[in-house]
Amino acid sequence: MDKPVNNRAWFLVLPVLVLVAFSAVIPLMTVVNYSVQDTFGNNQFFWNGLGWFQEVLDSDRIRAALGRQILFSAIILAIEIPLGIFVALNMPKRGFWASVVLVLMALPLLIPWNVVGTIWQVFGRVDIGLLGHTLAAMGFDYNYVNDPVDAWATIVVMDVWHWTSLVALLCYAGLQSIPDAYYQAARIDQASRWAVFRHIELPKMSGVLLIAVLLRFMDSFMIYTEPFVLTGGGPGNATTFLSIDLVKTAIGQFDLGPAAAFSLIYFLVILLISWVFYTVMTAQKDAP
Amino acid sequence: MARITLDALAHSYLPAPRGEDDFALKPMTMTWQDGGAYALLGSSGCGKTTLLNIISGLLVPSRGRVLFGDRDVTTLPTAARNIAQVFQFPVVYDTMTVRDNLAFPLKNRGMPAARIAARVAEVAAMIGMADALDRRARGLTADAKQKISLGRGMVRQDVNAILFDEPLTVIDPHMKWELRTQLKSLHRQFGHTMIYVTHDQTEALTFADQVVVMSEGRVVQAGTPQALFDRPEHTFVGYFIGSPGMNLLDAEVRGDRALIAGAQVALPGDHGLPQGRVQIGIRPEFVTPAEGGRGEEGGGLPFRLERVEDVGHHRILRGRVGDQPLTMLLPEDHALPAGIDRAVPATAHLHVYADDWRVPPVAGERAD
Repeated sequence: MDKPVNNRAWFLVLPVLVLVAFSAVIPLMTVVNYSVQDTFGNNQFFWNGLGWFQEVLDSDRIRAALGRQILFSAIILAIEIPLGIFVALNMPKRGFWASVVLVLMALPLLIPWNVVGTIWQVFGRVDIGLLGHTLAAMGFDYNYVNDPVDAWATIVVMDVWHWTSLVALLCYAGLQSIPDAYYQAARIDQASRWAVFRHIELPKMSGVLLIAVLLRFMDSFMIYTEPFVLTGGGPGNATTFLSIDLVKTAIGQFDLGPAAAFSLIYFLVILLISWVFYTVMTAQKDAP
Repeated sequence: MARITLDALAHSYLPAPRGEDDFALKPMTMTWQDGGAYALLGSSGCGKTTLLNIISGLLVPSRGRVLFGDRDVTTLPTAARNIAQVFQFPVVYDTMTVRDNLAFPLKNRGMPAARIAARVAEVAAMIGMADALDRRARGLTADAKQKISLGRGMVRQDVNAILFDEPLTVIDPHMKWELRTQLKSLHRQFGHTMIYVTHDQTEALTFADQVVVMSEGRVVQAGTPQALFDRPEHTFVGYFIGSPGMNLLDAEVRGDRALIAGAQVALPGDHGLPQGRVQIGIRPEFVTPAEGGRGEEGGGLPFRLERVEDVGHHRILRGRVGDQPLTMLLPEDHALPAGIDRAVPATAHLHVYADDWRVPPVAGERAD
């Protein structure tokens, strides 16, 4: 079919361009702008080339934070994805209890991040917190303020508590969309429980699972508020994740250049890892 | 393989059914002979699928028993019944290849690999997918997927029965005919009991030796296609089987005479004095049009012609007897009289119905 060519049609995409420019491109460009300049105040800027990028990449402090960040996201995904699937498989499919469970599952998702941090901060305190005090009373040497392992454990448990229900709810939606005939056919084919999961439930969940993995990866990789409220990045630098470090650089020390370079690298790392997840998880789908 | 008996079976989806209306399946007792090809025919929501799921063990009936041979299997799970079932919409394991899909039921039962391979090759040839065995099932068309489902249903040779739940709904018409023919020849070859659920009478009549007609959770008649056509036991059968369906006219019956819209017609026997809503049933094939005065035996029924439809090798005449609709089906070459005002039913093909159920003649009828 012949389509008429009319260049005035470009005007129709103008509103979107303007919107995206203000919401994303212009703010990002200011960051790019800072990342290649240095300043000594008085609004005087000097060209610094890729110097800040060099500095950020060479910084042991930032490298250590990146390592912690990757470890944290890996732990979070390794726990929340299987756990979420497991919970979804065991949620009631219909009836009164299905609604009750759905509401209960959604509750943690409704709590603001800093409140979650505060809740666990109090909950884990050895002197007055229910968790901390109970653990101490049982003879465990638990103290998230002094002990890096305890601090990590608390943050991981807090994140699992906060976000596993998101994974579970997504998987639950995926499971609900499987017609009964599939389960009936599996019973007739004498498929084992594992085969039903492997060949029916998992493939049907793969779409939502991809979303769950990406969301949980990005969120955990950018985590800030909860550990900031709970441990403030300590003890020492044990729980200083990338965003906490970034905020210290940008706002604490007002080092705009390094912070801008840091932000851009941070952004690219998230983009890269998300792309890898997406490619790996959809590769199987497109195979003949 | 075994004979399947349904003993006083009834099913309700409600936990505590009260009236008869609460039952999706009204109490029934019937036997499916070993090796028979049955069609379960009825309109949507009449309980066909419920009945099928009870036989395959996906549902446990609220009342009654299911027997395979002499064994009570009412509460046995599907796996223990050795049944194959094909569903209305294709069910394939997306991540597996076509080959693995077909082999899946055999693998789960621990059959040796060599026998699986041989059997899969056979079935693949049967459903015409031998050259697609290594393709992944995801991404195939709906009818290819349904062929895989059919193949998975037929891959096990030792099953007690194969149940089909409207399996050809998604298949295109040409393929439908071919697959139906294949099922039929498969039945001849292996002699499995096959129960085929459908709401399409052509499908039922061509596939089955025995057609079971259901309406509102009840089996209204079971018999050969010919018997269903010649002697419908229930008005639903008359109306549902045949195209167009049977004419039903309100009438008054006295012995061997019926009074319809003021005209009298002879009945094939003495029917006594039936009570309730009395109707006369006659198939459109057995009514012929006539001009005034020329009809014999009381001159037939007064008929007002409204429309003539040409449907290829037949013509359908639609009109009214009094205020009741009547259709006639005539061969294409049958000459139409000029001023049609009578409809003459063939006496031997008249049936009397009281409250929808057929009333046999008092003296009994000859078996034909």
